[in-house]
Amino acid sequence: MAILNTQSATFEYVVRLADNCLVLGHRLSEWCGKGPILEEDIALINISLDLVGRARSLYAYAATLNDKYTTEDHLAYRRDVKEFRNSLLLEQPNGDYAQTILRSYLFDVFSMLQLQQLIKSKDQTIAGISEKSIKEVTYHLEHSKQWLYRLGDGTDESHQRMELALKNLWRFSGNLFEKNEVDDVLMKEGIAFDIAQLKSEWLAIVEKDFALATLKVPENMFSQTGNLQGVHTEHLGYLLAEMQFLQRAYPDAVWD
Amino acid sequence: MENQSNQGILWEVFIQANAGIPHKHAGSLHAPDAKIALMNARDVYTRRSEGMSIWVVPSNAITASSPEEAGSFFEPSNDKPYRHPTFYKVPEGVKYL
Repeated sequence: MAILNTQSATFEYVVRLADNCLVLGHRLSEWCGKGPILEEDIALINISLDLVGRARSLYAYAATLNDKYTTEDHLAYRRDVKEFRNSLLLEQPNGDYAQTILRSYLFDVFSMLQLQQLIKSKDQTIAGISEKSIKEVTYHLEHSKQWLYRLGDGTDESHQRMELALKNLWRFSGNLFEKNEVDDVLMKEGIAFDIAQLKSEWLAIVEKDFALATLKVPENMFSQTGNLQGVHTEHLGYLLAEMQFLQRAYPDAVWD
Repeated sequence: MENQSNQGILWEVFIQANAGIPHKHAGSLHAPDAKIALMNARDVYTRRSEGMSIWVVPSNAITASSPEEAGSFFEPSNDKPYRHPTFYKVPEGVKYL
């Protein structure tokens, strides 16, 4: 990797934030027209649009910080798997509603804590976008939390499905707190903060909510990482193939 | 109203567009309980800033007049135009009448 300066590190950092939003936003959009009930279909798509909107603001900013990808669309549609920096948790398939809800819940708690730090960032654009996003995420978290309670502490079947989702997803949640040299550069500038320090607070909140949902945090589970090096699970490639198809087949296609 | 399949019960949604004006019936939706009904109402009926307050009421808590009673309920007032306050001027500055 080239030597990082503040600008190139900020680019990497903003793309990382945006990739999380875009990948989860795209995953949730896959529920469009297939939600378990009409009301939840609309709820998930609302959340999906919030996430894609946030990704868009962040990509637009990132596009001003580098020479290779000059528009938000280039960042979303012209990067391959190895250039994506999103958490492995977010690219996991929708599965059933339990898995979708759990994935969102784990991310929403993380997002909330992260945004509460990022609004203090010395980078005005990051701080501004974060400020705007907090209200959205407050609702996302309420939505995923309420369903976590109801599915975890619901019927035998819903409880079993939540436990299975937990088994499938937990190992991918630890990498939300990964950091690398990008963070080191930006922490000195007051642009980023030490994300690893959020983990204990995140875990305390998750354990409290899990208790209300009659669920338990799995013990001694292997934690998978690699996303900051662009090493993803096999699912991201399929997601990008579908999401990027149009711009790959017809570069620069626009609505007429 | 019976509980239909596994979609939860039916709720009626009332939205208040601005402070000081009545909540108006916006439509209905399915939800398993009041909390989720309120969230669903927010997503289904206030996506385009239609409101600032929402009420949700279980549909089966509403007692409605029946069409058969319409005659005795409503027709007697048809020939009493003096009940309409059409002879007053509305003072300036009164909103939402």
